[in-house]
Amino acid sequence: MLGFGMAKGFRVTLRNFLRKPFTTQYPEERLPQHPRFRGQEFTWYEERCTGCASCAKYCPLGIIRIVTGPDGGNEQEGGSYSIDVFDIDQARCMYCGLCVEACPYDALHMGTNFEAAQERREDLVITVDDLRAREKRPSAWFRPQLAKEQFDPYAENADWKRVGREPYFWHPNRPEWQPEEQAQQASADGDYEG
Amino acid sequence: MSDLLTDNVIFRNVYAFVVSGLGAEWAWLAWLTAGFVLVMLVVNAVMALATGYTWAERRLLGRLTNRLGPNRAGPSGTLQPLADAIKLLTKEDIVPAAGDRLIFNVAPVLMLASVLLAAAVIPFGAGAFVTDLNVGILYLAAVSSLASIAVLMAGFSSANKFSTFGSMRAVAVLVSYEIPLVMALLGITVLAGTMSLVGVVEGQHAPYLLVAPLGAFVFVTAISAELNRTPFDVTEGESEIVAGYLTEYSGMKFGVFYLAEFAALVVAGGVFAALFLQGWRWDVLPSYLWFIIKVGGFAIAATWIRATLPRLRPDQILAFAWKFLFPVSMVNVAALSVQRLWLGGADGALTSSDLWLMAAINWPLALVAVAVMGRIARVRERPVRIAAAGAR
Repeated sequence: MLGFGMAKGFRVTLRNFLRKPFTTQYPEERLPQHPRFRGQEFTWYEERCTGCASCAKYCPLGIIRIVTGPDGGNEQEGGSYSIDVFDIDQARCMYCGLCVEACPYDALHMGTNFEAAQERREDLVITVDDLRAREKRPSAWFRPQLAKEQFDPYAENADWKRVGREPYFWHPNRPEWQPEEQAQQASADGDYEG
Repeated sequence: MSDLLTDNVIFRNVYAFVVSGLGAEWAWLAWLTAGFVLVMLVVNAVMALATGYTWAERRLLGRLTNRLGPNRAGPSGTLQPLADAIKLLTKEDIVPAAGDRLIFNVAPVLMLASVLLAAAVIPFGAGAFVTDLNVGILYLAAVSSLASIAVLMAGFSSANKFSTFGSMRAVAVLVSYEIPLVMALLGITVLAGTMSLVGVVEGQHAPYLLVAPLGAFVFVTAISAELNRTPFDVTEGESEIVAGYLTEYSGMKFGVFYLAEFAALVVAGGVFAALFLQGWRWDVLPSYLWFIIKVGGFAIAATWIRATLPRLRPDQILAFAWKFLFPVSMVNVAALSVQRLWLGGADGALTSSDLWLMAAINWPLALVAVAVMGRIARVRERPVRIAAAGAR
């Protein structure tokens, strides 16, 4: 029948009109984010960092710049370097997360924020002071220990003792000695299905 | 000249007020003042309606496509036209180096002028119109053709291939659709026995939409082609030729084109209301309110069409105009002429009962004409036989 297809088209738009709009009013309303969202703004734990610069070596773009000093105020075992400069040039970062995968001490995590727009390119460089001052809301991406305990970075902060792959029994400020934890540590070679 | 205006309520009152204040020797000033007041009122009313309509159409279009539309500036986005105007006014005004500067600058003005000139003969309410031309419908057809010249000027002076393509397409479409449009207007003239829009409204005892459905269909289709609206918007086909003749325009010159398009839709709604929906005539509410409601209804229908129908190819558009719309409009004019000769009294006037009888005849006729002409004009594209081509 002539014109029937047109009538069907009009019905579709009319049904859309009667439906609730799909739009999310972004700054006021937000869609829920997954804890494993690989966002911008890295989360860094100075207490865990030894200054080994694995992240800088593994970065495919070479945008992480680390300068360390010998007088490490680091609390970790054996002492470590002090981190004087830790620049991440976010303008060129592609958020592949290889730096996070490379970190042997779980000191660097992906962040969960995505609102990093700046007016100048220089402001996009994350400095060590920025990393220190940031709220610690690590993404659970490549951190199965966080995913396992259902850590929600949008609800709470995580301190440095919590984010590691294994319990820090060697640490001076460690929690009470737990034999089971040692057993756990032996088998904790990573449950990287997340 | 004053003959054209003396029927106007606003003109008469302002004229009488100034003459009573200053004395009869200042009649020329009173005449001038009254004319300016009237023109200011109508131009600003049309512009205000068009500005409001830009917001309304974008909101409605949003809802029809499952979005919200502009809702940030002001309460539910009502200040969006203002924000747009500020943005456009503060933008850089660019004229192409190879373009024709004078024609480039005149084109938007001519575009807007054609729309505002058309508003002069539309009756906005009982006794509210700028002028009651006795050739009002002919004047509308003449003035609306100015737009195609403006489009051609804009496209040609831009020194841009996309602009030239757009304006050439626009002229092809406008010239083709002018004919069915004028035929639809001719049908109304036959029905009403007058070309004055005020006369058409006053003689319209039953809505001509019901009396001449075929004419209304042809008019709506042709007017949406004239206004470059969606089923026929090849002139500005974004996916093909950037923005057509608007490609090189920026800032407020673009804004004037944009505003002219929306004002043209409001004016077209006014013309449609006057010709097919009894203009300002109805009961209970004041006449101008009825007029605005009818124009609004037309605008909503136009927005719905724009949200629904996809863009046609230029050759499909021209084929539709010449193979389908033109014969259908001929059927319309022929049927109305015969019915008028048959039913019209000694002076050719049609009473209300005559009109209802015509409506009863014309609706089946319209359906049959559309079905038959649609079948004849249908383009059958046969698929190429690949096996036969490969056999050699």
